[in-house]
Amino acid sequence: MSMPREAIPLFLGLGAVLVVATLIGQILKWRSGAQVNPVVENLNERVFAWWVMVVLIGVAFLFGKAGVVLLFAFASFAALREFLTLTHTRRGDHWALMVAFFIGIPVQYYLVWIEWYGLYSIFIPVYGFLMLPIVSVIRGDTTRFLERIAFVQWGLMISVFCVSHIPALLTLDIPGFEGKKLLLVAFLVIVVQGSDVLQYVFGKLAGRHKVAPSLSPSKTWEGLVGGVASATALGAGLWWITPFSPLQAAAMALVTCLMGFLGGLVFSAIKRDRGVKDWGRMIEGHGGMLDRLDSVIFAAPVFFHLTRFWFVP
Amino acid sequence: MFTRLAARLTAMSVAGFARALTGVLPNWRGCLPEAKQRVYFANHTSHGDFVLIWTVLPHSLRQHTRPVAALDYWGGAGIRGFIGREVFNAVLVDRRAGSTGQDPVSVVVNALTEGASLIFFPEGTRNTTGEELLPFKSGLYRLAQARPEVEFVPVWIDNISRVMPKGEFFPVPLLCSVTFGAPVGNRDGEDKTAFLERARSALLALKPAEQDR
Repeated sequence: MSMPREAIPLFLGLGAVLVVATLIGQILKWRSGAQVNPVVENLNERVFAWWVMVVLIGVAFLFGKAGVVLLFAFASFAALREFLTLTHTRRGDHWALMVAFFIGIPVQYYLVWIEWYGLYSIFIPVYGFLMLPIVSVIRGDTTRFLERIAFVQWGLMISVFCVSHIPALLTLDIPGFEGKKLLLVAFLVIVVQGSDVLQYVFGKLAGRHKVAPSLSPSKTWEGLVGGVASATALGAGLWWITPFSPLQAAAMALVTCLMGFLGGLVFSAIKRDRGVKDWGRMIEGHGGMLDRLDSVIFAAPVFFHLTRFWFVP
Repeated sequence: MFTRLAARLTAMSVAGFARALTGVLPNWRGCLPEAKQRVYFANHTSHGDFVLIWTVLPHSLRQHTRPVAALDYWGGAGIRGFIGREVFNAVLVDRRAGSTGQDPVSVVVNALTEGASLIFFPEGTRNTTGEELLPFKSGLYRLAQARPEVEFVPVWIDNISRVMPKGEFFPVPLLCSVTFGAPVGNRDGEDKTAFLERARSALLALKPAEQDR
């Protein structure tokens, strides 16, 4: 799977957006002078992290399917590690954790790699779901058993199963779209992450009314409507890298943005419950891997199945 | 020559492995990573504890920072002895002392006199009880008495006991953190019990907030 022609203008465009963002960030920093403005600092850290992430995805694209599968396997590893760190597993779960990390991740991504849809779509929801409690029950520790098992099952579903649906887009055989499947990955990631960024921008510039004050102080109606509307327009404008018509691309973008937003809310609730602000400190300015991936995690499986249902014969 | 190279390579791979597994990052909350002579005293739940502290120290400080470790575990022949002696240049103390004559604390004081910084576990043994922190042995007080000019920095190591619980062979990847507090200074006229209690509370204060465990 070589790099499709459309990838070049796409990455040039991303580079241009990042150059503009970097310039804006540096001008704001210069204008705030000697005193350090935390919002501007954070903005610049975020922009820098975006450079790193875009370069990583670009390198993964150069290696085609292998690169993309490996990249998201590592993302799953980091995400699962963050997720399970915040849970209260006990000594009796040690084997279950080992199964999740050392069998769950490699097998799921191997199945995606060999494009075995029939198994990778049920491996974790069926076999993982049943095997994890079996592995834990052998150890005989019944304290908060259901809760502990549910934590590990959730971790695998969220961090591995859902994330693996991003590289799984490469396994879809869409007529007339041969050799361009990498672009579907790019479309999903750009639209969902673009929606996050645009919600942040609209929220910072015009945010007044909080959407869910009990969940997240930073999510506002202005940010939500402005971000989702502009990201939907962005998705429509990217129809030329997809098998969709402009209208279909807009509809797909709208659904994935809404799923992404709702996913962000769910993750805010989990973080509130666990008493933390961020999942980790892996990505400067953003927090952990899960802080960056939360919206994509909820959007990816839905985008995958909608595409598969309507565009794969 | 060959041993030195092997020790350097082992040290780098141990630190790399610790990072890959635990994503460990330092929180310099009460002090900065400076080239001062220090005793980093930490909670002790796992054989990986001193590795984590050592991993998050800047390269320039690592060379001068020696873990204080048990002779019977890290001092023998074979791989553990190689790691203890050559890789981490541990100050090896004989916990079964008395019979052999040399006072374990004086061995540690000697290392301070030579100018090294130390990683020290004041509980005296690994804590596998499930208690958050055992009472301190008198060693820390005696070090502070002997070398009052050295900074005694509390260091809380979080989560490593879940990475590799007692009795397991294989670690699982979970995030760990290492939090450095403000140095515990000497106070005139403070007795042993008061000093140890103050040092212990300073260490406990670094522990991340407990959720509904």
